[in-house]
Amino acid sequence: MASAPKPRVKVPKTASAGEVIAIKTLISHEMESGQRKDKDGNVIPRKIINKFSCTFNDQEVFSCDLDPAISANPYFEFNAKVPESGTFKFTWVDDDGSVYEDEQKIEVS
Amino acid sequence: MMTRRRVLALAAGAAALPVLQLLPTSAFASVEETQKMIDDFAGGQELQSGKLTLTAPEIAENGNTVPITVEVDSAMEGDDLVQSVMILAEDNPRPEVATFNFTAMSGTAAATTRMRLARTQNVVALAKMADGTVYMDRKEVKVTIGGCGG
Repeated sequence: MASAPKPRVKVPKTASAGEVIAIKTLISHEMESGQRKDKDGNVIPRKIINKFSCTFNDQEVFSCDLDPAISANPYFEFNAKVPESGTFKFTWVDDDGSVYEDEQKIEVS
Repeated sequence: MMTRRRVLALAAGAAALPVLQLLPTSAFASVEETQKMIDDFAGGQELQSGKLTLTAPEIAENGNTVPITVEVDSAMEGDDLVQSVMILAEDNPRPEVATFNFTAMSGTAAATTRMRLARTQNVVALAKMADGTVYMDRKEVKVTIGGCGG
């Protein structure tokens, strides 16, 4: 991998109480499936992000178990209900145990 | 004591063996394997249609990144809550693609991602509700360039 995986997250800055908002996340990662072979015929070992989760004020909103059939640079779009102002936390877990994180605040008016 | 009949039976068995060994080594997941994963997910529940909608392109030019969306018609409260949605691809090297887990905080049970497809095949989505009901939807996606090569 050329550079460390970089998460990008899009969350609206403001919302009204109880509103259902759309969240988009993307992380740069090659998602090596473990099915491909290098030019010498050796299998390239699997290295994927296997878990993604999103919490709001430490309450679980959405999570996903990923398998090698997810494309490189995994992208997710999902919704969340926002009862109050707070912080969304996003976590990606790599096969090698690395954890990539991001945070976004939202104001409820 | 080795009778003539016994010798013949052994020879027949030995001839059949290499054929049997060839059968389970296919590199691609079979429809039966997908069916087993569907049965495991459903846990004996009958599969219902409706409510769950799987959206995928009819023709995917590049099997490396095929956008798919699942949406379940649900209030996301009480018993009418979607717990999880599993995506399977019948003819990929492995059938499992992803499992989405929803909560009441999700607001709606809808999610979009991008997946790999090795060749033209059926994509299956299964949704499990809090009351145990299981819904299924299936879409065929035609793939021009497969996405598991190397």
